[in-house]
Amino acid sequence: MPNGNAIIVKGLRKSYGKTEVLKGVDLVVEKGTMLALLGPNGAGKTTVVRILSTLLSHDGGEASVNGYDTATQSNEVRSVIGLTGQYAAVDEYLTGRQNLLMMGRLYRLSAAGARQRAEELLEQFDLVDAANRVVKKYSGGMRRRLDLAISLIATPPIIFLDEPTTGLDPRSRLAMWDVIRKLMDSGATILLTTQYLEEADQLADKIAVIDQGRVIAEGTADELKQKVGSDRLELTMATDADFAKAEKIVSGDNKQTHPKRRVISIATSGGVSGLNAVLSSLENAGVTVETLSLHKPTLDDVFLHLTGHGAEAEEHEPNIEETHV
Amino acid sequence: MSNATVSTKPVQSSALGRIFSDSATLIKRNLTHIKNNPDQLLSMVLQPVMFMLLFRYVFGGAINTGGTSYVNFLTAGILVQGAAFGATTTALGVATDLQRGIIDRFRSLPMFSSAVLIGHVTADLVRNTVSSAIMIGVGLMVGFRPEANLVEWLMAAGILLLFTFAISWLSAILGLLSKSIEAVQWFSFIAIFPLTFASSAFVPTDGMPAGLRWFAENQPITHVIEALRALLVGTPIDNHGWLAVVWCLGAIAVSVPLTAYLFRRYSK
Repeated sequence: MPNGNAIIVKGLRKSYGKTEVLKGVDLVVEKGTMLALLGPNGAGKTTVVRILSTLLSHDGGEASVNGYDTATQSNEVRSVIGLTGQYAAVDEYLTGRQNLLMMGRLYRLSAAGARQRAEELLEQFDLVDAANRVVKKYSGGMRRRLDLAISLIATPPIIFLDEPTTGLDPRSRLAMWDVIRKLMDSGATILLTTQYLEEADQLADKIAVIDQGRVIAEGTADELKQKVGSDRLELTMATDADFAKAEKIVSGDNKQTHPKRRVISIATSGGVSGLNAVLSSLENAGVTVETLSLHKPTLDDVFLHLTGHGAEAEEHEPNIEETHV
Repeated sequence: MSNATVSTKPVQSSALGRIFSDSATLIKRNLTHIKNNPDQLLSMVLQPVMFMLLFRYVFGGAINTGGTSYVNFLTAGILVQGAAFGATTTALGVATDLQRGIIDRFRSLPMFSSAVLIGHVTADLVRNTVSSAIMIGVGLMVGFRPEANLVEWLMAAGILLLFTFAISWLSAILGLLSKSIEAVQWFSFIAIFPLTFASSAFVPTDGMPAGLRWFAENQPITHVIEALRALLVGTPIDNHGWLAVVWCLGAIAVSVPLTAYLFRRYSK
């Protein structure tokens, strides 16, 4: 492998009291790539990041960053990482520029070096106008941008982004994505955690799905989608009676039903004949189909398929009936 | 746009050099806080000034302080109480850092971590120096007539700063152990309020009931107040001077290593 791995995690375990949050996590992130650690709240994503960034010690297994062991070489690890946490860790009573200068000095840049990086980052993150304003007066999106800028001040080769867009409005989220893509282009190695499937799909080279302290699937977005199978056919019935009838008639791989929405979906081989067969059997039974859609599987489907529950909290649990494993 | 003569890469430095430069950076942070958030300094100055005027004019006439005028008696007590309350700002600052997550950022940096606490404590010293100077100014306006010569003034300032330093480190422990900012506020209030009143700050201890009087005469804040009073207005110093210094040094010797330990151990 020409690049090698920047982050290696083997059999990582961590418990808080009797609660085991990590039950043997394995991960590798190749140099210069982005891995998205995707999972619901409480899956253990933040714990992994806190261990890798030396904020927390682990109970078992190994974790290394740039070849440095997080347990025994914490200072070396700290000098090659940048961390953006879930909550913007910025100093509210300093201005944006003062925040950057302070952190630059603490990352051991020279005074002149810190000044130059601060100006570059203010420019890059669109914070020039707000540079002399106290952070207390910043909006949520501006704080996140400043937080990310701070973690980049010493141009660290490895960057942890722990849920960088959680709680941001859609516009700020898109702006954040742009910034993260630029980071990718600069050659940094990035570990991103997110509970948004779309975010992982949009940004990352590889995705590791984590649930209840274990990595349950890993691969590119396409590889994960292939696990669910081919395209999905989604049928919405006109009435509850139609739904009840259709539920008995329609069969197929990885069938999912949502009674409240009167939706049945199955994986199809994609062929027209298969589609025809389903539709004609419904028509023969006198079932009225209100809408029909054929779509590529989303990561939400992947998650549902792998864990039996959705990645994000849903109002109603879908009824899942799996016909194959 | 990068300038070839300026390196934007981290520079290596010795461990000792790092301790100094990180401490300097964090002290600058906390001093900038004072500048960017003047309300805090204002409230710190107003409270003791109000106490000073309240005791001088409302209670003062009813309190017998023997051969010393009441305002001369009072000023040392007000200065020490103001310093004690002011020094709890460190607890508040540390707790706020923990709550806001900025401590996590500091802990993920290759820095000398105790610098964070050094920054807060130093800011307390600066704030208390400013507010003490203002209080002495107000005291002079309402009849405070110190008899101290230059050396005594310097010794008085030294004891007050040493006391501030000790209370700041103790309150850093409180900040590190507390679960919320509100808890820090009420805890520092119930710790400092009775300690400064059950002392010789505002009234001579003679009139207190026996148990309280014993406590008031032997607790460290009284030693600091009596030492300061002796230096400023010439009351007898007895053993108060060296006892005040020993208490303060003892508190510092315990709290500095303890805060360093708690700071490293801290994790959410």
